[in-house]
Amino acid sequence: MNRAMIRQYLVNWLGPRSGRPALSADNLNPLEHGRYSPYLVAALLGITLLAGCATTDHSQATGDLGVIVERADGAVQIVERSRHRSLATISGLGDLSHASVVFSHDARFAYVFGRDGGLTKLDLLERRIAKRVIQAGNSIGGAISQDGRLVVAQNYEPGGIRVFDADSLETLATIPAVTATGQPSKVVGLADLPGNRFAYALFEGGEIWVADLSQPRAPRITKFPAGLQPYDGLVSSEGRHYIAGLFGEDGLALLDTWYPERGTQRILPDYGKGTAKLPVYKMPHLRGWALTSSRAFLPAIGRHQVLVANRQDWREIGRIPVLGQPVFAMVEPSQRRVWVNFAFPDNDKVQVIDTDTLQPIATLLPGKAILHMEFSARGDEAWLSARDSNEVVVFDTNTLQTIARLPARSPSGIFFTWRAHRIGM
Amino acid sequence: MLLLSLALVSPSPGAPLSSQRQSQLLHLLKQDCGACHGMTRKGGLGPPLTAHALNDKPTDSLVATILYGRPGTAMPPWQAFVTEAEALWLIQWISNESGNDPPVSR
Repeated sequence: MNRAMIRQYLVNWLGPRSGRPALSADNLNPLEHGRYSPYLVAALLGITLLAGCATTDHSQATGDLGVIVERADGAVQIVERSRHRSLATISGLGDLSHASVVFSHDARFAYVFGRDGGLTKLDLLERRIAKRVIQAGNSIGGAISQDGRLVVAQNYEPGGIRVFDADSLETLATIPAVTATGQPSKVVGLADLPGNRFAYALFEGGEIWVADLSQPRAPRITKFPAGLQPYDGLVSSEGRHYIAGLFGEDGLALLDTWYPERGTQRILPDYGKGTAKLPVYKMPHLRGWALTSSRAFLPAIGRHQVLVANRQDWREIGRIPVLGQPVFAMVEPSQRRVWVNFAFPDNDKVQVIDTDTLQPIATLLPGKAILHMEFSARGDEAWLSARDSNEVVVFDTNTLQTIARLPARSPSGIFFTWRAHRIGM
Repeated sequence: MLLLSLALVSPSPGAPLSSQRQSQLLHLLKQDCGACHGMTRKGGLGPPLTAHALNDKPTDSLVATILYGRPGTAMPPWQAFVTEAEALWLIQWISNESGNDPPVSR
C-alpha cells in the first residue's frame, strides 16, 4: 500500500475535516488533535508504521510555500502562504543583503543568490540546504532557464554570469562581461528568455547581452547597445520584450527579442536621470510584474513619480505623482492595481494606484523600512517586508486591511513558489 | 596633513554624539549604505567600505563624498540626513577599528 493509497483510504474513511479542503499532511497525526477514538488511533498508527513513515513528510505540496529572506542573519524562513505561518528557519546562507530567489520547476527547490557569491539550493520539503557553492565574490541575483535545467547567476565581482546545472550546481559555463575597452563590468538585470536564452545588462559596459545557452557549454552571445549605466532590467511575461533601466541618462532601452536584428530602441526618451536631480537613495527594481496587458508601470529614477507607457507603442501616457522615489512598482495579478514602495527616507509608506484611472487609491503605513512586496499567485494577498519593524505584514488586497503579521528578523525579499512557472522571475 | 584634514572637517567643540544617535548611524550604515555597498560593506554597486578599503583615502574627501555624493556615479548626497560631524564619526568608526569589519558567515 503506497502513501497515496493510504491517503485515499483515510479520506474515504474519515472524510475531509470541516473547514479544510482535503486531508493534509499535518492532520494525518490523529494524536495531535485528539478527536478520534483510541481504536481509530491505533489503526491509523498501524497503517502509518506499515507504510514506513519517517519523521519528515515529503508528500506536502509546495505550491503554497515561499521563502522570506532574513538579510541580517544569513537565514531564510520557509513559509506557508495561506496559513500565514513559518514552517522553518534555515540559516548558514552567508551575506543575504540584496539576496534573490528562483525556484525549480517542480517548486521543490529554492535557489538563493547571496551577496557574497553564495548560491544555495534549498529543499523546501526537507527544509534543509541541499547544496551550496560559492560561485563569485559579489553577486546580486540569478535566473532559471525555460527548461529548468540551468541556473544562471549574475555577478558584480568578478562580473559576468555563471551557468550551473540546476541539479548538481556543477559549473557549465563562465561568461565574463567586459566593456568596449576590455574592463570587467558588473552585470545587472539578468532575466530568462524563451529558448534557454538569458538577457542581461552591463552596468559599466552600457550594453544588453543575450546569451543563448541552448548548448550551455558552448554559449553564444549577442550584444546590443543600451546606454549609460543600466541599473536593472525586466522581461515581459511572455518573454518577448527586455527593458533595461538607465541610471546615467534619459530613457530606458528596449530590446524586442522576437526581432533582435532591429536592435534596441530608446523608450520614454524624455524621461529619466538626465534632467532629474533628486538624489537616489536606493536603485529601483524592474521585473515583469511592472506590466499589464496594455500598460507598463515603471519607477522613475530621481523623481517622485511612476511612469506609465503604452505597451503597444511604448509611448509615455502618464506620470503618476507619488510620495517618494519608487523602488518597486508591482502590478497585482488581477492587473487592477499597482503597489509602490519607496526609497529612504519614505520607506515607511506604500501607495496603491488604480491601473485604469492612474489615481492613487490608498496610502498604507505598514511598518518601518518596507523593502519588498509579493503577491499571492491569484492576488488576494500582498505580503510586505518591514525590515526595521522585524515583521512581514500581510494585506488583503480587496479590503486593503492587515490580516496577518509574521515575525522575521530584518526581512527583505519575499518569494512565493508561483515564480517557478513564470518567465523572467 | 591628516591632522589638517581632520581639523578642517572636525565639528566645533560640542557634545559628542549620543549613543542613540550612534546606533542610528550604524543602522544607516549597515542597512541603507548597505543597499549599494553591501550589508557587510564588502562592496556592491558601490565600492567596499571596509577599514582596508578606506585607509589610504583622505578623510576630508570621504566626508565630502558622504555629504555631497559623487556626481556621475550612483552615490547620492546624504547631507539632509547626516551632519559633517556624524559623517566624520562614521568614517572614523570604520577606519579606526579594524574589528568593525563584519565577519562573513559561510
